[in-house]
Amino acid sequence: MKLNRTKSFGTALLAGAMAITLAACASNDAPAATPDTGSTSDSTSATQEPTSEEATVTLSGTLTGAGASSQEKAMGGWIAGFGDLHPDVLLSYDPIGSGGGREQFIAGATLFAGSDAALKPEEVEAATQRCFGGEPLQLPLYISPIAVIYNLPDLEVEHLQLTAETLAKIFNREITSWDDPAIAAENPGVELPATGIIPVNRSDESGTTENFTEWLAAASNGAWPHEPSGDWPLSGGQSGAQTQGMIDTVSGAVGAIGYADASRAGDLGTVAVGVGDEFVPYSAEAAAAVVDASPAAEGASDKQLTIELDRATTASGAYPVVLISYSIACSVYDNAEDAEKVKAFLSYVASEEGQQRAADPSVAGSAPISGELRTAVEAAIDSISVG
Amino acid sequence: MTVGTPPAPVAAAGPRAADRRTGSHVWGGRVFAGLSYGSGILILLVLAAVAVFLVVQALPALTADPTELEQISWFRAESLLGYVGPLVFGTVLAALLALAMAVPVSIGIALFISHYAPRRLAQGLGYLVDLLAAIPSVVYGLWGALWLIGVLDPVMTWLSSTLGFIPIFAGYQAPAKNVLTAAVVLAVMILPIITAVAREVFLQTPRLHEEAALALGATRWEMIRTAVLPFGRSGVISAAMLGLGRALGETMAVLMVLSPGLLFSFFLLKPGQHQTIAANIAAQFPEAAGLSVSVLIATGLALFVITFVVNFVARAIVARRKDFSGAN
Repeated sequence: MKLNRTKSFGTALLAGAMAITLAACASNDAPAATPDTGSTSDSTSATQEPTSEEATVTLSGTLTGAGASSQEKAMGGWIAGFGDLHPDVLLSYDPIGSGGGREQFIAGATLFAGSDAALKPEEVEAATQRCFGGEPLQLPLYISPIAVIYNLPDLEVEHLQLTAETLAKIFNREITSWDDPAIAAENPGVELPATGIIPVNRSDESGTTENFTEWLAAASNGAWPHEPSGDWPLSGGQSGAQTQGMIDTVSGAVGAIGYADASRAGDLGTVAVGVGDEFVPYSAEAAAAVVDASPAAEGASDKQLTIELDRATTASGAYPVVLISYSIACSVYDNAEDAEKVKAFLSYVASEEGQQRAADPSVAGSAPISGELRTAVEAAIDSISVG
Repeated sequence: MTVGTPPAPVAAAGPRAADRRTGSHVWGGRVFAGLSYGSGILILLVLAAVAVFLVVQALPALTADPTELEQISWFRAESLLGYVGPLVFGTVLAALLALAMAVPVSIGIALFISHYAPRRLAQGLGYLVDLLAAIPSVVYGLWGALWLIGVLDPVMTWLSSTLGFIPIFAGYQAPAKNVLTAAVVLAVMILPIITAVAREVFLQTPRLHEEAALALGATRWEMIRTAVLPFGRSGVISAAMLGLGRALGETMAVLMVLSPGLLFSFFLLKPGQHQTIAANIAAQFPEAAGLSVSVLIATGLALFVITFVVNFVARAIVARRKDFSGAN
């Protein structure tokens, strides 16, 4: 058959190219264009940077980081904010994932990394080598509450109250109807519909899933029989790719329940989770509270502020379903320029201004760190030196 | 045939002009031959480069011990084959379902344009169908995820409640993020290419065949059945294979519409049963590093092989029917 030669049919096949780029050219955002911004940048740099000498030094060059995609949005805000302070520094962050970020940092390809998990002991060793003999810094600078979201438009209460145990049974498909006695017992006086429950999970591997299942496993008194994992352990259910896919799927059917970054919950109902004897809806303060209530992890130091999140906490007012992401950097760099740039950037991220910027719902909706944690973080950042 | 013959050399030109023309003809011929050969070789080189890339990048996964593979959090199978198997099944199932829906509709549209519609309408309709092919797949994905899922929900609810005794229609769960919805989106996506090719083939039916059929007293439908369809059969098959190729490799639309799962399952309405190779790569790649990248590329290699096999089968079918079709 000579069809292809004898006839031309103009059918254009457009291959959809997925270009995942994080344009990090925030320094173009007309830095210090208004006198207003100028004065803020002056005051913040004066308060944050330890000596007045450093504040006058103009930093320049590139500052590259890579790692957790959970920090991507917050990092976008920080890049813009840092660009206002130091317009000559070209800061970029490649959201390649936590594992890849730690790998690249240890290999010396980046100056800092973002990671949802702390460095493993052998990684700490390798990172110490990479850091010219200095201990790596691990700073919990991104705290993001995860909301348990549900689609029950006719429900009259603001927050459905559910304990981890009940939620574990719902997501494990043991409780299949919204008017189940277990749910009714936790929501006295609420008229529950006889709708079937549709549990929704993330279809891609995600830090949100990992933190959510960690909490289910730790706080549900054994009702969650699966290992915590970034990949959802059950198959054969509804799921969505990325946070948006999750939101769309839960919004798509009445009776659906899922979990997502709290800032993206939108019009969907959010669960007040059981902590001790009370039920706590998510809020920035409650999320920061659980971090303060958690003990330091094994191997933590005044430079490695790693936290063993106490998921089963009973501390009043703490919201334990959170995702923590660390900023990882060196305490020793081989040249003053790198050290100053990293120091300035981390100081900005840890500052009230930086934390508030990320907390803006239009940026990342994260929970700002507490003052207590900030003091510890600032002390660690001050220890960055040239070796 | 309708091939445009190159314009004949102008005989009326003067002898000098003719000489010059001959010279440029020789050069033009050489350059054109070179370009043609070059392009032909280039496509082979590109194909070889893709194949080599896939094999080299997939090698760590192909040679890895199952215990190493189990370190990957989303890898729950016993072996690499156990992981790729359901993906291949899901890919082929979604593509075949799409084909089953798209081919009859495409033939209908193509016949309408070529034999039923008034000329003016036919032309406009032809352009419209071609236009459908130019819509990026991510737009189809959005359309499927935000609109079609809601529209199909009552249909599938009815299907599951009335025909649920047939296993393939059992167990529907809202929202309609199942393989059947994905197949509907894919069917719409491959409709234009199948229609375009089928229309061209039907238009090439020798006028004499058609007139002979009509002269023997055939109705228009009988004429199409006896003259047009047999003539166009091989063309329609290759058109379907082109569509199948696109359906097999489609990524974004499936990613946005399907609740994935890795099972060998024929429950078309249940969520979390199937996943296609391309969508799986797109979903898992952003967080992948090291060996997990190799595993994903190994699944890509499997897709590459499938598309190759599909094309070979299509060629074989077309070649076998060559003698009867009269298209040559």
